[in-house]
Amino acid sequence: MTLPTHVDVVIVGSGPAGLAAAIRLKALGVGTVAVLERDPRPGGVPQFCAHSPYGLREFRRLMSGPAYARRLVAQALAAGVTIHPSATVTALHPGPRLTLTTPGGPAELTATRVLLATGVREASRVARQIGGTKPGGILTTGALQRLAALGQPLPFRNPVIVGTELVAFSAILSCRSAGVTPRAMLTETSGTTARWPTGIFPRLLGIPVHHQTTVTAIHGRDQVTSVTLNSGSDLPADGVILTGQFRPDAALIRTSHLDWDARTGGPVTDQTGRCTDPAYFAAGNLLHPVETAGWCWAEGGQIGSAIAASMTETAPATIPIHLSGEALAYVTPQSIAPGLPATLQLRVNRRVRGQITVNGKTHSIDTRPQRRILVPIPALPDDAPDLTITLRERA
Amino acid sequence: MPTTLPDTEFDAAIIGAGVIGCAIARRLTLEGWRVAILEKARDVLDGASKSNSAILHTGFDAPVGSLEQKCVVAGYAEYRAIHQRLNLPLIESGALVIAWNAEQESALPALMDQARANGVDVTPLTATQTRTLEPALGPGVAAAFRVPQESLIDPWSAPHAYLLQAVENGATLLRDCAVTGGHFDNGWYLETTRGPLRARVTINAAGLYGDHIDQMLTDATTFQIKPRKGQFIVYDKPASALATHILLPVPTAVTKGVVVCRTAYGNLLVGPTAEEQDDRENATLIPETLDALRMRGEQILPGLASQDITAIYAGLRPATQFKDYQISRDAARNYICVGGIRSTGLSSALGTAHYVHDLCAAMVAATPLPDPTWPQMPNITEGPPRSCDQPDNGGIVCHCELVTRAEIAAALASPIAPQTLAGLKRMTRVTMGRCQGNYCNGDVAAMMAAR
Repeated sequence: MTLPTHVDVVIVGSGPAGLAAAIRLKALGVGTVAVLERDPRPGGVPQFCAHSPYGLREFRRLMSGPAYARRLVAQALAAGVTIHPSATVTALHPGPRLTLTTPGGPAELTATRVLLATGVREASRVARQIGGTKPGGILTTGALQRLAALGQPLPFRNPVIVGTELVAFSAILSCRSAGVTPRAMLTETSGTTARWPTGIFPRLLGIPVHHQTTVTAIHGRDQVTSVTLNSGSDLPADGVILTGQFRPDAALIRTSHLDWDARTGGPVTDQTGRCTDPAYFAAGNLLHPVETAGWCWAEGGQIGSAIAASMTETAPATIPIHLSGEALAYVTPQSIAPGLPATLQLRVNRRVRGQITVNGKTHSIDTRPQRRILVPIPALPDDAPDLTITLRERA
Repeated sequence: MPTTLPDTEFDAAIIGAGVIGCAIARRLTLEGWRVAILEKARDVLDGASKSNSAILHTGFDAPVGSLEQKCVVAGYAEYRAIHQRLNLPLIESGALVIAWNAEQESALPALMDQARANGVDVTPLTATQTRTLEPALGPGVAAAFRVPQESLIDPWSAPHAYLLQAVENGATLLRDCAVTGGHFDNGWYLETTRGPLRARVTINAAGLYGDHIDQMLTDATTFQIKPRKGQFIVYDKPASALATHILLPVPTAVTKGVVVCRTAYGNLLVGPTAEEQDDRENATLIPETLDALRMRGEQILPGLASQDITAIYAGLRPATQFKDYQISRDAARNYICVGGIRSTGLSSALGTAHYVHDLCAAMVAATPLPDPTWPQMPNITEGPPRSCDQPDNGGIVCHCELVTRAEIAAALASPIAPQTLAGLKRMTRVTMGRCQGNYCNGDVAAMMAAR
């Protein structure tokens, strides 16, 4: 489909958040809604996760990732959304105006509103500061699943899996369907991080789980031959699967005029997903690493509604939120638009027991990293002072 | 890969397709020689040349009167003269040599004198002037001087261009071709892993194995390679806004020290370390050393603390027990050894190639090519138009580095087409960005397998 030169709303990214917002925008009567997807196939990450459970929240049934992605794409197209695959946005400008590149060449697109829904990526070996050599056979879960989806052979038979976030179990399932037997699962923490399935799951499949274990070095010239663990011992393996440690894919934001939050790695927004340029919005895992497809879908829908409401309104001045307490990893949103209720989402960077005070209310918490803490905030007046979130830990 | 080699006598066999070997191949080809380039690896630029700091040095800090200084000056001048004809980038960033304490400050006048003796313009700067030029610098700047002509280049397009110009004008590239022995008997009879090869002249540009080849072919060597490892950190593109100039420390006797500079690809580089080791193959990454490097980088530019790291890499420089280059001629045996090109090879290569030709010109009667072809290198650097800015580019494959399907297809169809993913990375930058290939390695593998 030919790219338009102007649309009412352009959405960057066709994962669950972007498509849910697009569908909602059309349902609310917005005229032209275009979704730009850099991949040749729309649907985002779920299309590469060939296992359940997807779709419970959205379609009230258990679906595989690819079936779920196809369903969302079909629903968007039926709603009148145009989807442009193989379209890579290369810069965001005030206006709003986007520059992009397509197989046919460069292009520009203006819009009344832009929604950024570019998702997350897992930390590479670089971000994890793993030493040693640079042989083949080191992949993230995302890369593993893309290879499997492209029908390509996996570059190992007996890799180690690093991490026990939910996505690590996705990696196990992908290995199993490709006939690959992980040698071990390594986790920094003393118990598994993911809520589901529990740590019993890998053991049921005969995969040993090593707790409080990290990889300090990878060895091998052309192919991985072994890894060194923090205990000092070597573990033979022909590959390494790096799972989790998600970061928002925010490169476009960091080189743009929009404010960026070093804590989340995503853009600064208010509770409606609105960025510091009020013509720009953001949704999904770009805001917060990392939530499920279902969460992103729900959030995309809400932010779609907010965009529809914003088309004719001017943006209110927002109220900033400050964090006090070094164990607080981040908060989203980073500011509050007055006159609308909000739900703050907090995360901690280690096991924390104590009390959180915000807006005069105190909440007891007993939580681990990776678990979200939700704090409702009633609508604030226009002249409300800055909000500060204070964490006091129990000794 | 065909296993039989041409059964004719080449004018020159150049051992090693690093930046030096590629530049010598170009020079001798342009002088009318029939050249074979013998590379033991599956792809070119696979040894010392695969990692460097991508700076075109003026030679301001080289020892006055050294061979290194002479070659760097000549190499710098020729690069400036030819880069536009080959469509190679030149980013005239300038460099600042920064003193961070009184002791370093006291060393600046002698360094400026040395630069002027080497014919390089320098301008002294106060701490305030330095900070005006580079507002993101950390606290503690005592003084500095500016070297306006230090520049940034693309460390891979340049040697690829030299090699491509040689090959397009008749040179023969032989990869997977390690030299295993040889003797001179009114001409060289070389033994290689791909069979015998004859040449009038043999030129040893074997980099990290220069002393081994020297020993093998001449039964003696005057230098020993002592690999010096350099680890580097590459920051993601937004970090490049933190510095305009190449930021150099006051050098010590051993090393130029940790450099902070932009790259031609729009990233920011911090490195290298200087660690002596015996292993000539493996440059291992050491997290503790990289941590120290990162902290040094954050002292120089505190803004780096909130920037993402895109890549870490380590390379080996072919240092010897000597400070200067070890280039020698054995006129009786038509043999030139180009050894110990320890850290300025990218800057000096074209000049070194001229020097080598001067040494061996009398060994072969040849007439310079009257009208050589000049290949146009595809631009892979940030700034000038790239494939992704052109119509019909086939779409982006590597989104981090904006590498298109058309660019990869062109690299794979080139006369010096890479045989490995590592070679393709060096030619196109595919998989070199912030996701480290986790998005596109499947597509890239499919394209390589399909050709």
